[in-house]
Amino acid sequence: MIGGASVAEAIVSLLIVLGGGFALVGSWGLVRLPSLMERLHAPTKATTLGLGAVLAASVVYFQLLQGTWTTHELLISAFLFLTAPISANMIAKVHLHRLQLKEPTEQAGPAGEPAPPSPAANWATHVAPHRGTPGDFEGD
Amino acid sequence: MIAYALTFGFAAFGLALALNLWRLIKGPGVTDRILALDTMVINVIGVIVLGGIANGSGTSFEAALLLAMVGFVGTVAYAKFLLRGDIIE
Repeated sequence: MIGGASVAEAIVSLLIVLGGGFALVGSWGLVRLPSLMERLHAPTKATTLGLGAVLAASVVYFQLLQGTWTTHELLISAFLFLTAPISANMIAKVHLHRLQLKEPTEQAGPAGEPAPPSPAANWATHVAPHRGTPGDFEGD
Repeated sequence: MIAYALTFGFAAFGLALALNLWRLIKGPGVTDRILALDTMVINVIGVIVLGGIANGSGTSFEAALLLAMVGFVGTVAYAKFLLRGDIIE
């Protein structure tokens, strides 16, 4: 007895299990990996992908088994896919900035210590352009 | 079949939240704690969406969407504060 409803149930169940597994792998990586730059990699990819699978499961569930069309979930996943790289970039910038300030709680990743900041401008903390630095709008 | 999958999903997201909490408490740096909070928000959105499937109601999705936005703004605000000493300049 394999009807459309049981196929839909199988798809929803598969997507939920996939999403839970990815979320678990991402958070396990957050605990397991040794330095922040490696830890940044696990949740921003695996957990976002896991949440995407759960949101797809929700779309399929409400469409095929309840007959109502919902698009909130796609909105959430589009928003998360846009914002996850931005927040990861901000966290990496903070990490590099604090490494350059020699904060004792920050450990360097496999790439080692970052180069010391130049006296004129520091890329992690954006310094307002002044004479002699890139972007000073002189001679443009 | 969906009931078993939902049980697994709730267990996986709950365990993921516990692992994030461990990283939040352990640290060692401020950036690790920001990252743990960001991941916790994503996992809580997952729990809310699974709860919506379990209840068969679509009323909880506004909460998930709001949490996605507020979580992103919170992470960026923490990072901006640590980088610049100010959030809105």
